[in-house]
Amino acid sequence: MPRELLKGNVAMAEAAIRAGLEAYFGYPITPQTEILEHFSKRLPELGRAFVQAESEVAAINMIYGAACTGARVMGSSSSPGVSLMMEGLSYIAGTEIPTVLINVMRGGPGLGNIAPSQGDYFQAVYGGGHGDYPRIVLAPSTVQEAIDLTVLSFDLAEKYRTVVILIADGSIGQMMEPAELPEMRPVNRVDWPWATNGAIGRERRILSSIYIDPNEEEITNLRLFERWKEIQKNEVRYKEYYCDDADFVVVGFGTAGRVALSSVRAARQQGIKVGLLRPVSLSPFPYQVLDELSKRVQAFLVVEMNMGQMLNDVLMATKGRVPVEFHGRPGGVVPFPDEILAEIQRVATTKLSVAPDPRHAWYDRMLAMTK
Amino acid sequence: MQKEILIAGFGGQGVLFAGQVLAYAAMDTGHEVTWIPSYGPEMRGGTANCTVVIADEEIGSPLVQYPPAVVALNLPSFDKYEALVQPGGVLVVNQSMVDRKAQRDDITVLYIPGNEMAEACGNRRLLNMVMTGALLAAFPVMSLDEAKTALKAHLPAKHQKLIPNNFAAMDKGYETAKEQLGRNQ
Repeated sequence: MPRELLKGNVAMAEAAIRAGLEAYFGYPITPQTEILEHFSKRLPELGRAFVQAESEVAAINMIYGAACTGARVMGSSSSPGVSLMMEGLSYIAGTEIPTVLINVMRGGPGLGNIAPSQGDYFQAVYGGGHGDYPRIVLAPSTVQEAIDLTVLSFDLAEKYRTVVILIADGSIGQMMEPAELPEMRPVNRVDWPWATNGAIGRERRILSSIYIDPNEEEITNLRLFERWKEIQKNEVRYKEYYCDDADFVVVGFGTAGRVALSSVRAARQQGIKVGLLRPVSLSPFPYQVLDELSKRVQAFLVVEMNMGQMLNDVLMATKGRVPVEFHGRPGGVVPFPDEILAEIQRVATTKLSVAPDPRHAWYDRMLAMTK
Repeated sequence: MQKEILIAGFGGQGVLFAGQVLAYAAMDTGHEVTWIPSYGPEMRGGTANCTVVIADEEIGSPLVQYPPAVVALNLPSFDKYEALVQPGGVLVVNQSMVDRKAQRDDITVLYIPGNEMAEACGNRRLLNMVMTGALLAAFPVMSLDEAKTALKAHLPAKHQKLIPNNFAAMDKGYETAKEQLGRNQ
């Protein structure tokens, strides 16, 4: 397919359609409304289902029902709307059915604002709905990656009977870049052995997240973990830039990761041997590559558009071997390359020590910077 | 190679579309490009801007603090971005909407009476194409022809009849800017 200039939100929606999406349920919210808008036009003209629900709570439960039939279905929203969907998402996870959810994150907590943010890392990777359930979380940093990961999400959701959450941010959703869409795949509804798609002539199938007997629920939790082990083994994704000879490594995902790429290149021009690790799968997280890097680099710098969430995973992966510094812009602020460059210069020229919580020193620097 | 352009003005002045024309042209000539708009609540009736980054390799940040080229279509944009133009950079000002001169002497400033020129071309909505032409004279990140080719290639069929006026507006902006640049030297 030729390269087209595509807006991130539109690109993700069209990619889902070409991956065989049969039904979408959603509710408008900035900065992801173009996803819903694109579906509202395209899905009816293809004879597929588009429903603008009365709320996000209704939308996620419609997704739950539709996903039980084995059809490819998805939802999308932005941070406050995704919070509303979390109860339903837990039911979906507990029922072990494949579902794709896109969160185009915005500044929070609360109603917050509509600017790009990465404040929902914890919600996507660790929290969200109640109960113990693993989920796959993917984070694109370009429009092309947003397309590719959307398509991949459906395959992974079905392969592991799991929830796949794609977290983008307002910047990825709103920006345009040249990108290539996949070929239109025909809708291929699989008669999964679990799908409740009409029991005429066969045994009834029951899909539910209710296990009144705690022993059965325990077995269910263990079964989910069994699948999670496979996911951990097979689905770790990340991208490395200039890491081969790096003394220092910046770690950032999504928009923060790509902004850091500009800073890393500028630092390289100044002779600083710095690389960038950009996790693409946030769950499963690339612990092993960070573990390996921590044996040969002098320090890490974690850059996020939040108060330091992925930071916890980097600290866990690097086991206190070397200092891990943090630079975050919460609340909907997008860092400029220059400020990350200044942080790289600081990390490369200062004697650092391993701190139990790098946020404390960062907070002091933030106060000085914003005064 | 990496070049950044910021275009700012009121909503309705065609700021976002001007940036898209540059982005399409960059893509069609084989470059990497990002186009990112301001999409905040302020764009509803207020100011709008977009940043276009053109490069030969994977683009990192789609935003820059100090762009080498700024097009300011109104006074608030001029006030905000004059200080942020990279030293040695270019600031193209819509003189029709601005009642003061720039204070910087380390950048090239062009004053284009964009509203009047657009009206002379047949439609005040051609302002964005006048200013795009002017920009490319002072900041040749691509040729004027490449921008025109992209406009023609990506304009929907129902708007193709507007091409001659748009091209005339781009030419006018380009020529006016060239004349000013000649005088400044």
